[in-house]
Amino acid sequence: MSDTTVTKEATQEQILYANILEKGMLVGLLLMFITFGLYVFGIMKPVIPVDMISNYWSQPVHDYLVAINTQFLHMEHLPTGWSWVGLISNADFLNFVPIAILSGVTIICYSAIVPGLFARGDKAMAIIAIAEVLILTLAASGILTAGH
Amino acid sequence: MVNKMLKWFGSGSLTLWCALMVSPAGAYASEVGEMVIPTLGDPNWWKWPLILLVVTFFMGIVAVLGGVGGGVLFVPIISGFFPFHLDFVRGTGLLVALCGALAAGPGLLKANLASLRLAMPVAVIASTMAIVGAMVGLALPTHIIQLSLGITILGIVIIMFTAKKSAIPDVQKPDNLSSALRITGIYHEPSMNKDINWQVHRTPMGLATFVIIGFMAGMFGLGAGWANVPVLNIMMGAPLKISVATSKFLLSITDTSAAWIYVNKGCVIPMMVVPSLIGIMLGSFIGVRILKVAKPTFIRWMVIAILLFAGLKAVHKGLTTMGIL
Repeated sequence: MSDTTVTKEATQEQILYANILEKGMLVGLLLMFITFGLYVFGIMKPVIPVDMISNYWSQPVHDYLVAINTQFLHMEHLPTGWSWVGLISNADFLNFVPIAILSGVTIICYSAIVPGLFARGDKAMAIIAIAEVLILTLAASGILTAGH
Repeated sequence: MVNKMLKWFGSGSLTLWCALMVSPAGAYASEVGEMVIPTLGDPNWWKWPLILLVVTFFMGIVAVLGGVGGGVLFVPIISGFFPFHLDFVRGTGLLVALCGALAAGPGLLKANLASLRLAMPVAVIASTMAIVGAMVGLALPTHIIQLSLGITILGIVIIMFTAKKSAIPDVQKPDNLSSALRITGIYHEPSMNKDINWQVHRTPMGLATFVIIGFMAGMFGLGAGWANVPVLNIMMGAPLKISVATSKFLLSITDTSAAWIYVNKGCVIPMMVVPSLIGIMLGSFIGVRILKVAKPTFIRWMVIAILLFAGLKAVHKGLTTMGIL
């Protein structure tokens, strides 16, 4: 039997979702300030020197990746998908950590509300939440590729 | 004090706008055809991130005052007048819209103004299509995207110019789908000192419209508040406050899916992303304070004028790159 009561107050799932979203957002933003500070003030060394980055940002992304790979990274494949994880000891790629947290927190929010939705008999919304987790995970996985 | 702030804001916006107009950067942005591997550093590398920070700061103010998201201003303006390629501008635009939504989302959900039940079915459609849009957008040639972006921005201008709003739409009977999913709620309306029971109708039609909205959000890196609100409010019949709040929250899901495609493709340059996010956030912070005394009608007209100009610039750039102009 599902709980169908509608009140002025936000539901338990909504509050849980909001709390996780809030924490993830704060952690992401705080880390973004820290990692960018390490990068821009030269505390940590980047792969691409800061005075050279302006040479690349007017190029299409593929040309940019080829250029930085040829000149600095020398990797077997272009640095797409999750390959940045292997480069986080460098200041510029370390900045991808907060970006990934900010982009990933929604997946955690959705995953967290699924058990509560099932427990309250709200099967339709629970299935929608699972579907959303799968869609976002697929997007985050790097399996889906496109490009000029 | 406030008048002083407004004057300062007005003159600052104008000066920056003029500076960008005469900047040669717009002439070559997104139009680099051949791959070059430069070897020399630029001693003035810090200039563009700094200008980006200042421009996005003013953009954040205008976005709040004009009632639009940061993404819809960011992509056409930055791609039109900065030396950054459209691939990176779209990736950054999505992150700008995403962070704005992440910052506002928790408060709106806790206040029960953003409705998770209304957002969830819509988000499944919009985020799936945002992924498709992002993949198509990254696969198409830049000049096609530039031209389509310009046409889309001009379309947004028309929507902003003509869209009606209804504070509390009259929904006689919810449709079967919204009844089955129990998309309904109650919120307190202080202006009437009354609790408002709301429900929605035309849910299948609304969901179908989000196929297009999600696709465009992903393709152009725009937040989609400009389209979410009219659909939730006028088409589906959710109260205006619920529509605005749910739309803002919805962007945190739609833009997340598209942002991952851009991040995985490598369209993220921290030196562009972080100054943009800081600028927009600080600007929004100030904008909320100015909002109390500003004339919203004037600001809305200003936003429409800026978008009209940026849209025409994008169309011009697209046609020029194609060799038509």
